Amino acid sequence: MRAPDLAAATTTEALTTELPVGRSTGWWGMVMFVATEATLFSCLLGSYFYLRFQHGGEWPPGGIEQPKLLRPLVMTAILLPSSLPMIWAERGIRRGRRWRLRIGLAATLLLGASFLALQGTEYDELLHEFTITTNAYGSLFFVITGFHGLHVLVGLAMVSWLLAASLRGGSFGARRHDRVRNAAIYWHFVDLVWAAILFTIYLSPRL
Amino acid sequence: MSTTTAPAPGASQEDLARLDEHWGERPSIRSWFSTVDHKRIGRRYLVTASLFFVLAGISALAMRTQLARPESNLLSPQEYNQLFTMHGTAMIFLFSTPMLFGFGNYLVPLMIGSRDMAFPKLNALGYWVFLFAGLFMWASLPFGAAPNAGWFAYVPLTDDVNTPGLHMDVYALGLLFLGIATTAGSINFIVTALKLRAPGMSLNRVPLFVWAIVVTAFMVIFALPALNLDNAMLFLDRRFDTHFFDPDAAGNVLLWQHLFWIFGHPDVYIIVMPALGIVSAVLPAFTRRGVVGYVLVVLAIVSIAIISFGVWVHHMFATGLPHLSYSFFSAASTVITIPSGIQIFAWLATMVLGRLVVRVPLLFLIGFIVTFVLGGFTGAMFALTAFDQQVTDSYFVVAHFHYVLIGGAVFPILAAIYYWLPKITGRMYHEGLGRWAFALVFTGMQVTFFPMHLYGLFGMPRRVYTYRSEPGWDVWNLVSTIGSYVLAAGLLLVLIGVVHAIRRGRPAPPDPWGGDTLEWATDSPPKPYNFPVLPQVHSLHPTWDEASRASMGDDATADRTLTDGRRTLLTSELDGRRERVVEMPEASLQPLLLALALLVFFTALLFAWYPVALAALLAGAVTIAVWLWPPRRPEEELGVVS
Repeated sequence: MRAPDLAAATTTEALTTELPVGRSTGWWGMVMFVATEATLFSCLLGSYFYLRFQHGGEWPPGGIEQPKLLRPLVMTAILLPSSLPMIWAERGIRRGRRWRLRIGLAATLLLGASFLALQGTEYDELLHEFTITTNAYGSLFFVITGFHGLHVLVGLAMVSWLLAASLRGGSFGARRHDRVRNAAIYWHFVDLVWAAILFTIYLSPRL
Repeated sequence: MSTTTAPAPGASQEDLARLDEHWGERPSIRSWFSTVDHKRIGRRYLVTASLFFVLAGISALAMRTQLARPESNLLSPQEYNQLFTMHGTAMIFLFSTPMLFGFGNYLVPLMIGSRDMAFPKLNALGYWVFLFAGLFMWASLPFGAAPNAGWFAYVPLTDDVNTPGLHMDVYALGLLFLGIATTAGSINFIVTALKLRAPGMSLNRVPLFVWAIVVTAFMVIFALPALNLDNAMLFLDRRFDTHFFDPDAAGNVLLWQHLFWIFGHPDVYIIVMPALGIVSAVLPAFTRRGVVGYVLVVLAIVSIAIISFGVWVHHMFATGLPHLSYSFFSAASTVITIPSGIQIFAWLATMVLGRLVVRVPLLFLIGFIVTFVLGGFTGAMFALTAFDQQVTDSYFVVAHFHYVLIGGAVFPILAAIYYWLPKITGRMYHEGLGRWAFALVFTGMQVTFFPMHLYGLFGMPRRVYTYRSEPGWDVWNLVSTIGSYVLAAGLLLVLIGVVHAIRRGRPAPPDPWGGDTLEWATDSPPKPYNFPVLPQVHSLHPTWDEASRASMGDDATADRTLTDGRRTLLTSELDGRRERVVEMPEASLQPLLLALALLVFFTALLFAWYPVALAALLAGAVTIAVWLWPPRRPEEELGVVS
């Protein structure tokens, strides 16, 4: 064996038989995308606090009631745990267990959809009291929660898309699951942002 | 001057034929629209950004002609407002950053020894979105509906009561649209530089230009969301009656300024940083040595990026904020001059210690240092709140930022055009023509903008379409106008030089300058696959080092030639250790389709055709779903247990 061939036969790549070596470009791409999205939400929540403290007076202004807590807490109890089946599914497919991927994705989909349904009922009630055009508080409330809801919707589209691809077969396995991993990162991010929104919109006015 | 010749062919004729088969593109209309080659995309960025530069430059000439004498009637106030707004907006958003991203697109994969960017299709999408967003904004000008409230678009001037019509909707939507391209491009640069470097290129061997581009990309990732949010809020306030900026309904006008400058100050460095990277890339070839203090320069680049997020309030010293915040931001604005100074002194030391080769690119670098330092000097004056409040919104500010941006961005860009023209076109430029261009550009720049310091101090406000005759204003305004024509003539000579080189220039060798980075170790222009054999990097100056050069010649190995398929190498983020071979995507029309869907979406939003906008959004989503749909593979290959 010539020296270069020997070198080629003993690289990390040649010696690794199971999983792809190192982080993929897709992983880094998704992490950077989430970083810029997280900055966007920080700016949005920062604007909430800026307007609130610059306003100085009673908050919410204009006689709007304090946001009710029960429903958002139920929504939190649904959305935050929705990451668990996702993690379970991803770990399953890493070992080549396709059924775990399918069941996990379906469970996440169900939880995410319930969250959106509850948000729909909340809007239905609140819109009688104030809207996006009532004052800056109304604008902030509906833009922040609506923008997050849109992210949940995008996340759900990703999850359904993964589920469709995994039901077709021939898409994912122990050696090919980058797309599952990247969509999972996005979904976890959407969950975590909700925690920040719960604190900002629903809890902080009571502090 | 150059002692190097074409790299010894490390790949056999058979290898080259197979690489050509996988990477080559037959010229056709389809391939023109579907290409994902970073070199073609990079060239398009350069040409398109130059086109927007010409449009913005003509706007400036029109304004200077109007201001040549007092009380002139060449332009109406309405036209003047649109021209100065489009001039600023286009120069900042449609010229500087895309032009520098164009160089990055073309050069980063070559400099790090890769065959393409990490996400070639995303790269193509970025270009189409940039093109469409630019056309979207410029198309409003002939209809008299162009943005007209200044490039930083302060509320309440820009709300729907004070600026009715489509003007500021074009601004908000155009910048949101463009933001997609800038963000996608930045993510692509970061991932490319982290994962696609040639084996052996550990972080301490990454060329300074690549460092600059990557740090810039990180700044975009964290700065651009603030601008996007600001524009989204402005559009919602104008179109859907929200109240973010309405003080009568618990909103606040200063929110706009804070968000704008949280983006805007880092953006100054987003523009200047890659240009400084160009300086560090061009200097070694014309001083015959590496840039002095590599580590210090890298640290300076990184610390400028971080500190630049903490100086935004110095744009708001005249808004009546608390004094404590003035002191903090004044101090931060002073601190940031230290790493900038380190870079300047590193370049000066490089020039002192090296052997100067006086060619056109070096002339532009010297022009850069002189002009940029003058701009930096007036910048340090603004860090003093008391002085800032005296000259804010006067022509003194206009003088300052033109020294910074023409000095800090345009001169390095011109140096880069001359320096890399042989690589990009395969042709040499005419030296004498280039020297004349430099002389005219440099003189024109100083004659146009130096007097602005004076009539700024004499009290002339910026953004006035005309003025009454005042002592000191008339003469110096005329001088500025004459200077602007000299500057334009110089830039025209640059263009003539480029066209002349492409048509008549003599063929360029692979390495006409004896450069130190990897783009000089391959053909001019490079083949579609960049390198027949991917290099193994042994030093910071691979083209100057025998071992790295030999890795592409006599010491070539099959695991770096990769001839079966469109393939390139992934390496580890920090040390550049080889990880694995990856398949790169083929040419595709999907990026163009997605960009078109987005164009329809933003146009529909502008004209309030909301159902059309929704349909375009769905079409875009379907394109993405198809784009990313996993190919069907046999279960054994995937590794499926059950």
